[in-house]
Amino acid sequence: MSTKKRVAATVNGDAAEFLCEPRQSLLEVLREVLSLTGTKEGCNDGNCGACSVIVDGTLVNSCCMLGVEIDGCEVETVEGLARNGKLHPLQKTYLEETGMQCGFCTPGFLMSSKALLDAHPDPSERQIRHWLSGNLCRCTGYDKIVRAVQKAARMLEAER
Amino acid sequence: MHDFQFVTPGTLNEALKLLAKHGASAQLLAGGTDLIVKMRVRHARPDLVLDAKHIPELNVLKLDGTGLTIGAAVSCRSIYLDERIAARYPALVDCTALIGGIQIQGRATVGGNLCNAAPSADTIPALIALGAMAHLRGPKGKRQLPVEKFCLGPGKTALRKGEMLIHVRIPKPAKNSGAFFLRFIPRNEMDIAVVNAAAAVVLDARKTKFISARIAIGAAAPTPLYVEDAGAVLADEPVSENMIAEAARIASDAVRPITDMRGTIEQRRDLAAVLTARALRGAIDRAKRGNR
Ligand SMILES: Cc1cc2nc3c(=O)[nH]c(=O)nc-3n(C[C@H](O)[C@H](O)[C@H](O)COP(=O)(O)OP(=O)(O)OC[C@H]3O[C@@H](n4cnc5c(N)ncnc54)[C@H](O)[C@@H]3O)c2cc1C
Repeated sequence: MSTKKRVAATVNGDAAEFLCEPRQSLLEVLREVLSLTGTKEGCNDGNCGACSVIVDGTLVNSCCMLGVEIDGCEVETVEGLARNGKLHPLQKTYLEETGMQCGFCTPGFLMSSKALLDAHPDPSERQIRHWLSGNLCRCTGYDKIVRAVQKAARMLEAER
Repeated sequence: MHDFQFVTPGTLNEALKLLAKHGASAQLLAGGTDLIVKMRVRHARPDLVLDAKHIPELNVLKLDGTGLTIGAAVSCRSIYLDERIAARYPALVDCTALIGGIQIQGRATVGGNLCNAAPSADTIPALIALGAMAHLRGPKGKRQLPVEKFCLGPGKTALRKGEMLIHVRIPKPAKNSGAFFLRFIPRNEMDIAVVNAAAAVVLDARKTKFISARIAIGAAAPTPLYVEDAGAVLADEPVSENMIAEAARIASDAVRPITDMRGTIEQRRDLAAVLTARALRGAIDRAKRGNR
């Protein structure tokens, strides 16, 4: 077995230092090394977006990255959205608009939605659909998800 | 995934030494969107994975007086988000902004797209149409290849043992020129091209005549195809639908497609003509509007 590597990163604002094998994907590291199981494994080949997280401000599929690649990086996962027991506006609006049924794809959709609103606080419907095209939902359908993102954008705007 | 060693070279020399020493058992990791997926299904089994992203030469993205340098580790997203590059090379935006979804674009590189050498690779036709050169380094030093000579077959490149791609270099667009890329997929996003095509044209000052043109078609032969004749037939001819149709016919005759789950030989031949015509119209339109 190849030696484990020491990796130091910031995960959801906290310093995280851990050992992992080069062959472990970031997704595996998040779930199995750091016990952050909010991020889901769907297709494991970059198509479904269930494992979406944000690395240094860039939205990525954590299944298509190695855990060792986040050395020195800042990682945001779904666990970091709620602050001090308060849901993030996106989490609230996904609930209010029923942007989920089984909920499996939801962490990925939330992170893609967050990356979108970080880059474009007032996105058009087209922009929302484009940004979410890398995330698949097989039960809710996309219209409710789009409405949830639109509503969260308005909430965030009002907060500013 | 199989077990492998992971090294992050901080300099080009270190990477070249490791590549020379380990040969085919070492592979570079750019965005990883092809390599990691392939390793997971055991289609790639390198003993040593070299992270390309900390090598300074591979991270260059630079527009200068004579053209554009795209380092092999530069992500698609950083290319299309660069407003100066987007304004001067809109065909690069056409292709880099439709690879995968936002998640893939944030990691995937033009260098990886080229070195992966898929017949359907979406950046390669545009690179060929724009006249890009691949700059390589290996144990025997530097060399350059036109991008149309880089892919030799599905997954096969002209890279020799121990050689790596450093960057691609695209010349400054000529006056009155324009370029355009598009693909056909049955969905709106997130699919592999049934056929794709790029065209770059240079028009005369009155923009009624072609001076030259370059046309490339993907997913319709074992490699992305530079259809030199389809561009050459346009030189010194009037900008007209007749001439566009003539170039499209030549492109359609030149392709060597296969039938697979995405399309048939007949459909691909037909698409090669349709997409060549559309790419040319798009390129002409941009040339007329100052490449925007
Ligand atoms: C969900 C999904 C959707 C996709 N959609 C598209 C699409 O729409 N269009 C498309 O064309 N592709 C698509 N791809 C394929 C892939 O994203 C692209 O080919 C991408 O450009 C590869 O770049 P990378 O940086 O991720 O390459 P990597 O995976 O890092 O590398 C690819 C290959 O090139 C080699 N390599 C990398 N850098 C160098 C170098 N400097 N010198 C020598 N060899 C090198 C690697 O060893 C490897 O063999 C998709 C992939 C996924 C997972």
